[in-house]
Amino acid sequence: MAELTYREAVARGIAQEMARDDNVVFLGEDVAKAGGVFKATDGLLEQFGPKRVLDTPISEQAILGAAMGAAMTGLRPIAEIMFADFIAVCYDYIANEFPKTRYMTNGQVTLPLVVRCGNGGGARFGAQHSQSIENWCMQFPGLKVVAPSSPLDVIGLLAAAVRDPNPVVFLEHKSLYSTKGEVPDGEIVDMLGTARTLRAGTDATLLALGMMVPRTLQAAEILHTEHGINCEVIDVRSLVPLDTQCMLGSIARTGRVFTVEENPRQLGWGAEIASIIADEAFYDLDGPVIRITAPNIPLPAADALEDLTIPSVSRIADTIRRALAA
Amino acid sequence: MAVPQRPSLDGAPAEPTADSERIPLAKRLEIYRSMVLMRQAEQRANDLFLQNLVKGTSHLSLGQEAIAAAAAAAMRPGDLSFCTYRGHAHTLARGVPVEKVLGELMGRDNGLMRGKGGSMHLTSVEHGVMGSYAIVGAHLPIACGAAWRAQYKGASDVSVCFFGDGTTNIGAFHEALNFAACMKLPVVFVCENNLYMEYTPIAEVIPVEHPAADRASAYGLERIVIDGNDADVVYETLSHAYARARNGDGPSLIEAMTYRYSGHSRADPAKYRPAGELERWKERDPLNIYRRRLEGSGVKAAALDAIESDVRTIVDAATKACQNAPFTSTDVLFTDVYADGGCAWRN
Repeated sequence: MAELTYREAVARGIAQEMARDDNVVFLGEDVAKAGGVFKATDGLLEQFGPKRVLDTPISEQAILGAAMGAAMTGLRPIAEIMFADFIAVCYDYIANEFPKTRYMTNGQVTLPLVVRCGNGGGARFGAQHSQSIENWCMQFPGLKVVAPSSPLDVIGLLAAAVRDPNPVVFLEHKSLYSTKGEVPDGEIVDMLGTARTLRAGTDATLLALGMMVPRTLQAAEILHTEHGINCEVIDVRSLVPLDTQCMLGSIARTGRVFTVEENPRQLGWGAEIASIIADEAFYDLDGPVIRITAPNIPLPAADALEDLTIPSVSRIADTIRRALAA
Repeated sequence: MAVPQRPSLDGAPAEPTADSERIPLAKRLEIYRSMVLMRQAEQRANDLFLQNLVKGTSHLSLGQEAIAAAAAAAMRPGDLSFCTYRGHAHTLARGVPVEKVLGELMGRDNGLMRGKGGSMHLTSVEHGVMGSYAIVGAHLPIACGAAWRAQYKGASDVSVCFFGDGTTNIGAFHEALNFAACMKLPVVFVCENNLYMEYTPIAEVIPVEHPAADRASAYGLERIVIDGNDADVVYETLSHAYARARNGDGPSLIEAMTYRYSGHSRADPAKYRPAGELERWKERDPLNIYRRRLEGSGVKAAALDAIESDVRTIVDAATKACQNAPFTSTDVLFTDVYADGGCAWRN
């Protein structure tokens, strides 16, 4: 057992898979010599050499296109798109190429590839380097989308993503890179499509993702100690595939559900889950599904503004307390 | 820019630059047969479209056959083709049966992808046809990735990427050329300059004469413009480019001048073309040029007629088989969204 940062877990996860399989290669901007702009891939070049760890030009289409061509001919590439916002400049691959090629070719083409991105806000980078872009990716049948919230999950889900025969978008949260967690020694492999219950409770189910997971856990502690409200907290982890059963099972016990989302309100991931709950768990509910999200505005840069925009521990706790008191 | 009666070859001699006699006769006959097959299969596809038996759209290569036929004839088994939505000819060139192609266009169960892709996405991995890409430029970086795998694995296959003149103005073209040149990848980019990007003359939207070749120097590549209606020129040029790629000498960018006889797609009657332009280009029809040259090399007209009638028999039989084939089974609707064969996105 060792305590690792989320950032160190990224490098360990990639290294674990590269050491296991020569077909795993890694490319991106500043990922090799510089060790990544978030220092999450430090040491990989030294360990695996320049044939397997590639610094690319600032060419996001070339990065994702090359990953696709390599994947369809037998490699298992990991491609880094530095800030998740940059997915927008290579969106053709996310929207048109990766998810549709297997289907259109009637299964002739397999694309085992992973796109890693630094996702999310909280670092004062402003509106084009801070977005939570899960919903940009989860709308395309054929793509998988995961977002780990702890160092352990980074390694386990990254390993699962690399071994998965489908294209996977792997969203690391850039404000979690410095957070720490216990990680056992040896190989770690998790399962895509599984949510995880991090805190058991009886009064409400809280669904959170990425950086919202630690904030939601803190909010649940406050609700418990200060208000006697006992919340169950589920880390959604995998948006596609979605572990609906885990969530519906919890809601059947608690009767209330809150989603905690960093993204702007419109069409956030919680909207899809709320719709599933409305269809399949309506009669389990004792009150409306409530989505706690960023307001529908671009993310501002200044401390005071960004802190107001992204759901905070106190906003999460207050919203839940008021809703349950009503 | 005046549209040339002959392709602009920048000082190249008016007569073919390839030494046709150096190409084995069997190979030349293979190229001729391949061109005849493309011509007849695409004319048939067009007829079927007019009968409402092919739906959606189709983008024909009529007039451009020399490039597809000769480029494929110069390949080795295992080399990989990356095509555009104008991909029927390139798919047939690698040996994919006509029936599979027409079946796909007609939405039949015998189609290459059982109707899940359609005209613009013809793919046959077993023949090295790694896809037809309908988003302009998308496949240039993808071809780079396949070439990167070959380089990484020490494999000797070449990735060959075909695209039109319009593609040279999209970002992915430039990203791919830079990436390929920096990494010295075994990839060959073939620009089929048919003078029109969709409905607009390419000359109106580029600041240089040759949309691909005049950009080559920006990536440290040689400027190569060839007569794309002369299959022997295409064959020799690409043979050289493939050899360079296999030898570790990196990518090539080749601009092959040609002309499409029909509009951009089924929806385009091509009324924007100046009067007489089509007729002038038809005087340089790639099949006629090649047939005359083969006859000049001593091949009997009867032997060439036999190739044509043999191909006619194949295309007729394929058409009949497709017309008799059932429409695609709806069983495939929910298959192969994910690699487990299904489409489950939740439990």
